[in-house]
Amino acid sequence: MVEMSGAEAIVEALKREKVEVIFGIIGGAIMPVYDVLLDSGIRHILVRHEQCAAHAADGYARASGKPGVCMATSGPGATNLVTGITTAYMDSSPIIAITGQVNRRSANTAYMIGRDAFQEADIIGITTPITKYNYQLTSASEVPRVVKEAFYIATTGRPGPVLLDLPKDVQAERAEIEFPEKVEIRGYKPVTDPHPLQVKKAADALLNAERPVILAGGGVILSNAFPELLEVAEFLMAPVVTTFMGKGAIPENHPLSLGCIGMHGSRVANSVILDADVLLAVGTRFGDRSTGTLDTFCRDTRIIHVDIDSAEIGKNVDVDIPIVADAKKALKAIREALTLRAERKKETAWFRRIKELKEQYEDTLEPGGEDLRPTRVLKELRKIIPEDSIATTEVGQNQMWASLYFKAYKPRTFISSGGLGTMGFGFPAAIGAKTACPDKFVVDIAGDGSFRMTEQELATSVVEDIPVTVVILNNSTLGMVAQWQRLFFDKRYVAVHLSGIPDFVRLAEAYGAQGVRVGSLEEFVKAVKEAMRLDVTTVIDVPIPPEEDVFPMVPPGKSLKEMIEG
Amino acid sequence: MTVNEEQTHIIAAIVEHKPGVLYRVSNMFRRRNFNIESISVGPIEPRDLARMTITVRGDDRTVEQVIKQLAKLIDVVKVSQLHSNNTVTRELALIKVYSPDTRSRSDIINYVNIFRASVIDVSTDSMIIEITGDSDKIDAFIELMKSFGVKEIARTGITALSRGAKSLKVG
Repeated sequence: MVEMSGAEAIVEALKREKVEVIFGIIGGAIMPVYDVLLDSGIRHILVRHEQCAAHAADGYARASGKPGVCMATSGPGATNLVTGITTAYMDSSPIIAITGQVNRRSANTAYMIGRDAFQEADIIGITTPITKYNYQLTSASEVPRVVKEAFYIATTGRPGPVLLDLPKDVQAERAEIEFPEKVEIRGYKPVTDPHPLQVKKAADALLNAERPVILAGGGVILSNAFPELLEVAEFLMAPVVTTFMGKGAIPENHPLSLGCIGMHGSRVANSVILDADVLLAVGTRFGDRSTGTLDTFCRDTRIIHVDIDSAEIGKNVDVDIPIVADAKKALKAIREALTLRAERKKETAWFRRIKELKEQYEDTLEPGGEDLRPTRVLKELRKIIPEDSIATTEVGQNQMWASLYFKAYKPRTFISSGGLGTMGFGFPAAIGAKTACPDKFVVDIAGDGSFRMTEQELATSVVEDIPVTVVILNNSTLGMVAQWQRLFFDKRYVAVHLSGIPDFVRLAEAYGAQGVRVGSLEEFVKAVKEAMRLDVTTVIDVPIPPEEDVFPMVPPGKSLKEMIEG
Repeated sequence: MTVNEEQTHIIAAIVEHKPGVLYRVSNMFRRRNFNIESISVGPIEPRDLARMTITVRGDDRTVEQVIKQLAKLIDVVKVSQLHSNNTVTRELALIKVYSPDTRSRSDIINYVNIFRASVIDVSTDSMIIEITGDSDKIDAFIELMKSFGVKEIARTGITALSRGAKSLKVG
């Protein structure tokens, strides 16, 4: 037992959780914690909008596999975190959000919870549906237990954001503090080991399959199950398709990798998954952007569904063999069960067919046309940056072009807001990823519309010396919406033109970053190489044809079979 | 076998007995677009736990999802569906009925006796009746009382336990 304040207890507990960096913005109700932070050795990165603190913590978590931490004051500081927390929640990313709160009790003023005090917001009420759990602290002495529980909940089972709301008087209160070693939460016991009987059934089904397909979702990345995934795939000679969130779960230059399924999936992935007689789906929630219409999705396929969250099993798709388990453990167990039953498969007829299809479709993917078509830009980008570079994306056309044309070779190197589809995510997430991996080249594949939503973080990137490169595929349009208006609204364009404002080169320069506008593929290559060489925050403005669409595409409410081409 | 038609299902959950838990549960129902027909909550032993009895309408798939989503809540310690063929359910209702004259009073008391209800308050022009039973019994009784004129009704919602050895316990 040691005597300390609630604020000191928080910072000490964070240190015990091995927190090295916090993204945040200070404000009145969180000042005691910041005061302690000053001498703590934990790095604080001052962002310029709280939303970006949450996105940066999220990017940090996705790149490193460690929980990311963000902090804000009460009221508007806390509510500004909401988009970032929801983004992390939808993509199961482990972040800890710490917010200040007005006093619980107050001797002589109305500055207290429930009195509509200055900068009071009910952040517990607001974030209950968008966090895995949240706590409002009621005393300094419970701080260590709550922090330990928060990190445990955020990082185990299906990961997700946890929020800690700290009333200012709890931060100031002094108490005898004890730091627990263990966590015990009677209502939270995530199952991680697969049921052996289900594993056997899965192995039998996979071995008897003529056309097995593996669908890898974001869960494979979250549980670091890449080697196990590859082993099962290679043992069965089964092609691997991924969801958008699963991109990078298998190196996309591997012969068994077919890319992403879904609305903007690859032709070969969407066609092959519908042909499967047995589907091994791992760590995916069968989201609507992945499956197309459910009544046409793998109706006659035997589906094995591995997920750590039992509520995902049977939620969207009927499953034949459910396995509630951690993806890594389940794939390892399946691999062992396969080895016991059979020899590793040699070249099968199914694999030959896949190879044919892949070659056939890969030809149609080869972009031609103008120099600065986004497809060509992204293929070129992939060629010149190192394999382990981290790419984040914004949301919209830039994201779907990246999904189709920018191959991910390593896990945790492709980071994007898949579930919530948050424009403005990519840039602060890139800052978070670069903070976690300072030795890697980090690039945000952006559109001009998305980048405008969080561009003020150029200040953070420059001032904190966290150099990232932003490639703006600039069509001066909210491009994906414009594409839908072209395709589904009779070309009636409304609210999509961005009028070429601002000049991104001058904007970058105003923040002390490097800005370059390129006029050809050659200049683009030069600009990227320069950004890598100088290792400074760089904005590369790439004017692209304004009416370029992302194809192939499955129109909303259609089957994956019904892909349209430009 | 999956039944695709809507039915009323009873779910029992043992939850942490602390502030905010009812909010988390009801919030989940709203967010997932499930409908609560009734919910009753009370502390159990040990006193830091409470039991919720929730009735929901939906098909089997919906009720399965409800149970899984409830189980996922950190503050829900245990949850299970109570099947009607193996469950006793009770609900309590207080009903204030017009009884301005001796005739109506004696008629009401007759019905009260038949339904094994009881009169718990009498004033010059009304009576309060307490009735316990399954929801059908209470519905039927209220229907009868309508002919006298019902001033006010308070119902607790269903509470329920499985018959026999089966029980929902923590630890």
